[in-house]
Amino acid sequence: MDKILTLKNINKVYGTKIKTQVLFDLNLSFEPGSFNSIIGQSGSGKSTLLNIMGTLDRPTEGIVEIMGKNTVEMSKRDLAELRNKSLGFVFQFHYLLPEFTAMENILLPVMMQNKGVSQEVKKRAEELMEIVGIEKVKNNKANDMSGGQQQRTAIARALMNRPKLILADEPTGNLDSEATDNIYQLLKEINEKYRSTFIVITHDKKIAERTDRVIELRDGKIHLDLLR
Amino acid sequence: MFSLKTAWRFLRSGKGQTILILAGIAIGISVQVFIGLLIQGLQTTLIDTTIGSNSQVTVGTEENYGEIEDWENIVHRINQNVDGIRFISPTLTLPSFISIDDETESTLFRGFDLERGSEIYKFDQNLVEGSLPEEKGEVIVGIGMRDNLGLILGDSLNLFNFQGQSGDVTVVGFVDFKITMLNDSWIISNLPTAQEVFDRNDTVTAIEIQVERVFDADLIGEEIDLLFGGNYVVTNWKEENQELLSGLRGQDISSIMIQVFVVIAVVLGIASVLAISVIQRSKQIGILKAMGVNDGMARNIFLYQGLILGLLGGILGVSLGLTITYLFTLFATNPDGSPVVAISMNYQFVILSFVIAVVASTSAALIPARRSSRLEPIEVIRNG
Repeated sequence: MDKILTLKNINKVYGTKIKTQVLFDLNLSFEPGSFNSIIGQSGSGKSTLLNIMGTLDRPTEGIVEIMGKNTVEMSKRDLAELRNKSLGFVFQFHYLLPEFTAMENILLPVMMQNKGVSQEVKKRAEELMEIVGIEKVKNNKANDMSGGQQQRTAIARALMNRPKLILADEPTGNLDSEATDNIYQLLKEINEKYRSTFIVITHDKKIAERTDRVIELRDGKIHLDLLR
Repeated sequence: MFSLKTAWRFLRSGKGQTILILAGIAIGISVQVFIGLLIQGLQTTLIDTTIGSNSQVTVGTEENYGEIEDWENIVHRINQNVDGIRFISPTLTLPSFISIDDETESTLFRGFDLERGSEIYKFDQNLVEGSLPEEKGEVIVGIGMRDNLGLILGDSLNLFNFQGQSGDVTVVGFVDFKITMLNDSWIISNLPTAQEVFDRNDTVTAIEIQVERVFDADLIGEEIDLLFGGNYVVTNWKEENQELLSGLRGQDISSIMIQVFVVIAVVLGIASVLAISVIQRSKQIGILKAMGVNDGMARNIFLYQGLILGLLGGILGVSLGLTITYLFTLFATNPDGSPVVAISMNYQFVILSFVIAVVASTSAALIPARRSSRLEPIEVIRNG
């Protein structure tokens, strides 16, 4: 089966006068439907790598192919559309819009397509809320929820357009260990139910051990690539 | 639609900021409306008192008070060929003297087709005593001359000129032109009386015209001059009232300056508040872009905010401005209860002010909108 995401010879250098190379000639590809984790110490380049995978950042050199399309050559407008339809993001911070309710935040990826929200879409949003367990706070504004609820809402939002690829950067970084377990359980269930591909950054080895594949970065290079 | 909805949400969630900015626009636009209407009112009053009851375009001869014989034809041709004429009145003006008892006074003896002359000089409305001349030999006199010479109705006046011609007329009325010079020197009769006293044929000395739009008087004057191939001397109020004209122009410029600076202040206010709002919401914009909002949509969120602020601020500002104007006419009054400045409603100007509010706020949103459009999601995500 075709790879969902392929990175070829990725280099990333920050700065123009004083150059700092963060990623060194990385080559990686990911199977559809897999649950992958990236671990590494802070400063190892994990987040930069994830941002490049998600087309939020561009590599200094190299090719990022998402579902066979080379994203490095795409226009900003096409990238925005690709992110909307095929990618889902979950960050350490929830980044919900405080001006909107939980329900509306989840609907945002559909609303920004300017197509109008059908009953079917609403039903799907409610279903997602049920899956992540926030149906009780669906009409709360983003700031009127607990940290766990906010992160669950962010996950539901990432899933709204049924993306093929979900990128998560320390999604439980701000949560306690019980909430962390619950969230990973949830991500795993979603992975199995929808067959979406997950690439999750974590610094928690215990969590990484529960994923299909563990990639460890050290100083911008792949130190370990473990397939279970 | 998404951009519009998000713009509305952003405005609603920042209520304090939105109310402040709306108040700013509303006050600015209300000042603009009020000042504009006030100065227009002032100008209308000024123009009306200076040239409202006067000839605005005059067709005469090279020589002072020279005779025009085919005046009826001239009147006819002007009426046929020139647009924008309001009133047209032939007049025979004869500088002369009167003597009463032992006193001699220089006067301007003027014969009018009284019906047409009244349209310009409002003889009927300005008559304070007696009646308008009906028979040959009857005249009405300015109240200044009445007081100077102690005239009463029925007095007989002996008129004479340098050529030694003379004749008698009877005073049947007194008239107040509201202009001292005219009140002191004018004696008015119908055309036949004026023609007969000094032995004139059926001639006039000038054709006096009021035009629909007073500021077009020079253009209409030129048109008339062309019509008669330069055979007559055509003058207009603008060339004879340069000072008034430059006064009016000065008012216009200062009024425009005030309005322009008010609008600039409004634009700067909106631009700065929206610029802050972009920074405050850069997190939201960044995440929206990460989720698939493109640069155009991100830009529109702020343009729509400007548009909404302009529409609401414009409505508020125009209402406030009209209210202030109304209160001004109600409370700033002369002792007789009439408003100090008669302000009339100018719908075009008010609509223009509203349009300016909308255009100004939308363009004020351009800079923040550009910022929003250029914001890279990675900046927000990397820096948290």
